[in-house]
Amino acid sequence: MNNSVITVRNLVKKFGSFVANDNLNFEVYAGEIFGFLGANGAGKTTTIRILSGLSAPTSGEVIVAGINASKKPEEIKKQIGYMSQKFSLYEDLTVKENIMLYGGIYGMSKSLIKERTENLLEKLNFRDYGNKLIADLPLGLRQKLAFSIAVFHEPKIVFLDEPTGGVDPITRRQFWEMIYETASRGITVFVTTHYMDEAEYCDRISIMSEAKIVALDTPENLKKLYNAATVEDVFIKIARPN
Amino acid sequence: MKRFLGFVKKEFLHIFRDYRTLFIIFGIPVAQILIFGFAISTDVKNAGVAFLDLSKDETTQKLTDKIISSGFFKRTENLVSYDEIEDIFRKGKTKEVIIFEKNFEKKLQNEGKASVSLIADGSEPNTATLVTNYTMAIISGFNTDISGIRANNPILIQPEVKMLYNPELKSQHMFVPGVITMILILICALMTSVTITREKEFGTMEVLLVSPLRPIQIILGKVVPYFLLSFINVILILVLSWLVFGLSVKGSIILLLAESMLYIMLSLSVGILISTIASSMQAAIFISLVGMMLPTILLSGFIYPIENMDDIYRYISYLLPPRYFITIIKSIMIKGTGFLYVWKETLVLLSMTVLFIGLSVKKFKVRLE
Repeated sequence: MNNSVITVRNLVKKFGSFVANDNLNFEVYAGEIFGFLGANGAGKTTTIRILSGLSAPTSGEVIVAGINASKKPEEIKKQIGYMSQKFSLYEDLTVKENIMLYGGIYGMSKSLIKERTENLLEKLNFRDYGNKLIADLPLGLRQKLAFSIAVFHEPKIVFLDEPTGGVDPITRRQFWEMIYETASRGITVFVTTHYMDEAEYCDRISIMSEAKIVALDTPENLKKLYNAATVEDVFIKIARPN
Repeated sequence: MKRFLGFVKKEFLHIFRDYRTLFIIFGIPVAQILIFGFAISTDVKNAGVAFLDLSKDETTQKLTDKIISSGFFKRTENLVSYDEIEDIFRKGKTKEVIIFEKNFEKKLQNEGKASVSLIADGSEPNTATLVTNYTMAIISGFNTDISGIRANNPILIQPEVKMLYNPELKSQHMFVPGVITMILILICALMTSVTITREKEFGTMEVLLVSPLRPIQIILGKVVPYFLLSFINVILILVLSWLVFGLSVKGSIILLLAESMLYIMLSLSVGILISTIASSMQAAIFISLVGMMLPTILLSGFIYPIENMDDIYRYISYLLPPRYFITIIKSIMIKGTGFLYVWKETLVLLSMTVLFIGLSVKKFKVRLE
C-alpha cells in the first residue's frame, strides 16, 4: 500500500542503557483506525512521543505525514492532532474560547475558525453551549469536544491517548462513531486504549510488549492466529510480561 | 476507641511521610530560632562612621579615638569638606557622619561649650536612631571625663542630630521599598511557578508541547501577562504611597522603573525555575512561599540591616536577589542616587536573571525527553 502516513523502520529508543523501543517496524495507512495496544510500561508512550515530534529516535527511520521525525520534528506538529487522556480542555475557558485558542495555535485564519466553529457546534448539538465554561459541561460532552478540537484543523493524523477513560459505555459508543466518521474523511486515527472491546473497532491493531511489537494485524486475523474469541484473549496470551 | 486510634495513627503517618509537613512542624521553628537569635540583631555592630574634623586638635582626636574604639563603629573615611557628605552616604557603607566644628578645643576652653554635628542615614530609621544614640552616649561619657577636671565649670559638648533623607524618621521610608521588593518576588515567582505546574497537572501541557508552539513561546506567553501586571503593580504602590504617606521618589523615576522591570524579570525566571523542579501545584506554592518569603523578610535587609548580622547570615544574604534590589530601590527612592551608585547591584541582578533563565530553558528541554 502506498499511502502510508506513518512509516517506522528499525526504530530504537534508548534512555541511557535502558531500551524503551527495541527495533520497531510498522506502517499506518491513510484513513485507517490504528489501535496501539500494550501493557503498562511496554513502551507505547515513548513511541507516541517520537511519532508526535516530541522526542527524537536513537536510531532508525520514522516518517510521519511525509516528514522525517529525526530531521524536522517541529514540522510534524503542524500536521497532527492530539487528544490527551485528561481531555486537554481549559476548564475556566468557554467552549468557543477553547476552540479559538487551538485554532489559532494551529495557524487557522479567523474566518476559517468561525466557519468551522459554527459547523462543529451544529454537529455536536452544542448550539447553546458555545459560551458555557468547560467546567459546566458533563464529562461525555467534554470528551466529544476535546476530540473535535483535536481534528479541528483537519490534520493528516490524530493521536488519541486513552480517550475514553472514565466515560460510560453509551458515550463511548457515540465517541467511536465520531472516530469512524473522522476516519472516513481521510484522517488517520492512531489510538491507544486499554479497553479491549474498543480494539475490535479498529482496522488494524498492534500489541507491544517489553519494548517490542509482538503482534500487528487486523483483529480478526489475530483472533484466528491465536485461537482466541476476543482481542482480550489474544492480548493476555502474548502481552504478559515475563 | 480502636477505630479512633487507628485513624490517629494514620494521621501521624501522613505527617511523618510528607517532607512538607515535617518541614513546617520542625524545620520552620528551628530556623526561626536560629535566625532570630543570630542573624537578626537590633544592636549596632561595626556601623560605618565618617569624620569631618574641621578642627583637628587634641580634643577632637581623643573623642574620635574614643568613638572608634567603642567597638560599635568602624571608621569609613576622613572627610575634608561638607560637599563630600552626600556622596559618602550614597555609597551606602557609612551610616553616620560626625562633624567637629572649627576651633573645637579652643571653644571648649574659652566658652565652655562646643558643638558636634551628627548626621545619620535616615533611610534606615532604626539604625539611624541607634547609631546616634550610641554616639551621644559616648560623647556624654567623654563630657563627664573632661568635666571632672573642672568641676565648678562644667564643659559641654553639644551634639546636634540631623537625619538625612528622612528628617522625621518616618518608617514608611523603610517599609515601602521593602514591601515592593517582597511583593514583586513573591507574586512573580509564585504566579509563574503555579501557572506552569497547573498545566502539567491538568494534562494541558502535553497538548501544548505537541502543538506547533515552541517551548520558548510557551514560557514567554506565560510570563508576559505577569510582567505587565507586576509593572502596573509597582506604579500602583508608588502612587499609593505618594498619596497616602507623602513618600515621593527622590531620584529618577525612570531609573527606578527600569530597575523594577529587571527585578520583575528575575522574579519571573525564579518562578519558572521552581516550576521545573516542582512536581505539582502544591509543591510549587510551597517552595515559592516558604522558600522565598521567609528569607526575603528576614535576611534581605528588609527589616533587619545586613551589616548587623553574623557572617554566615550575611553570606546567605548575598545569594538572595531581594537583597540587591532593596539596596537599589532605597538608594533611588530615598537617597536619590543615580545609576553610578547602583551599577554593581544591577549587574548582579542581570547576571542572576540570565543564569536562571538559562537554567530554566535547559531543564525544560530535558523534561521533554
